[in-house]
Amino acid sequence: MSNVSHHLDEATIMRYAAGDLDEAFTVIVAAHIAMCDQCRQAVHDAEQLAGGLLDVAETEAVSDDAFANLMAAIDEKPELASNVHPFPKRNKISGDVPFPLQRLIGSELDQIQWKKVAPGISKHAIDLGGDSSSSLFMLNIAEGHAVPEHGHGGMEMTLILSGSYTDRYGQFAKGDIADLDEHEEHQPIVDAGAPCICIVATEKPTKFKGIVERLLQPIIGI
Amino acid sequence: MRAALRLVSNTESSAIELAKQHREWIALVGGNQDRAAFQSLFQYFAPRIKAMMLKAGMNVMQSEDLMQDVMMTVWRKSAQYSPDRGTVSAWIFTIARNARIDLLRKASSRPYDDVYELEIAADDKSSDDEVLQSERHECVSEALSELPKDQRKVIELAFIADLSQSEIAKKLDLPIGTVKSRMRLAYGKLKGKLEAVR
Repeated sequence: MSNVSHHLDEATIMRYAAGDLDEAFTVIVAAHIAMCDQCRQAVHDAEQLAGGLLDVAETEAVSDDAFANLMAAIDEKPELASNVHPFPKRNKISGDVPFPLQRLIGSELDQIQWKKVAPGISKHAIDLGGDSSSSLFMLNIAEGHAVPEHGHGGMEMTLILSGSYTDRYGQFAKGDIADLDEHEEHQPIVDAGAPCICIVATEKPTKFKGIVERLLQPIIGI
Repeated sequence: MRAALRLVSNTESSAIELAKQHREWIALVGGNQDRAAFQSLFQYFAPRIKAMMLKAGMNVMQSEDLMQDVMMTVWRKSAQYSPDRGTVSAWIFTIARNARIDLLRKASSRPYDDVYELEIAADDKSSDDEVLQSERHECVSEALSELPKDQRKVIELAFIADLSQSEIAKKLDLPIGTVKSRMRLAYGKLKGKLEAVR
């Protein structure tokens, strides 16, 4: 299924494999790699590297009865004693929403409830629960409109789920991810033909010091 | 069996043989609930996982508990392990990483599970042969042993000690951009080697 032409930064691949991304970024990276064979393979490779590091890592003696305790715990639960535990068989995964996003926004893009925030721009906020320091939301932007600035100068990733936009890095269509350095400036404009639906992960603005940045935050509240 | 004996007697046994031994053990656990094979895996991995959790800042009791959880998951999911997904060490690393995320970070490892489930549902078995697996594994060991010390340190801190990118920058007194570029270089080293065998 890979027609993806804009991929994750390799430093991001490594951070994801190490488990170092905030929740919103973990979700958006998982959604991208669900659509991108190349980045999925890259994560896989990074995990092999991690396995190699585990092989040569330091060890710490476990308690003497650790193994006996573990087997006793396993024997207490008959369903574990025979560990035949095939992966929960699910029906073929369907819908036009990448699987890692389905528990957050459902499986169909046309079921999403949008809230108009500016001419040509609608937003759907996603509640990740807890006190995550990153936020995740969706944008639905009409053709010809500019994608609003929303990075607040922090880390930001945008994954295209439908439609496309173009900026100085080229065209971004379904499955493409903009994993840009926070200082790179760009002004994406949605291509003619269809609205562009994308999902955006950002660091929460409160992480950033400048009152100026916050004042510059677009009035649409993204 | 001969391989196993040689492995025990030869302290310089190669990473390749080790990986092969792990695959044999996990197949026995997954296929026959073989407790002796599981004990062998436990003896190898449990002390590594415990040390990894200690490094991530857990106390001794938490580290021991989480190690138990991880090994329990290994037992429970052993039938899901498939050699064409790479080494047993890497597979167990991902289980430990996910447990660590759920406990220490204010995040959930669900997205990782979703991707894993997707891969299993797609069942895109590449039916890799043993030779290719060994070659790939050799790439990883080679890449690791050839990495310059500074890059190696950065990925050890990230993967094993669970330091964030900014914590690594602070600890090593480096700009965050340098940490990022060392991560990219370390990955690039491996990628270059893997592309040669793919």
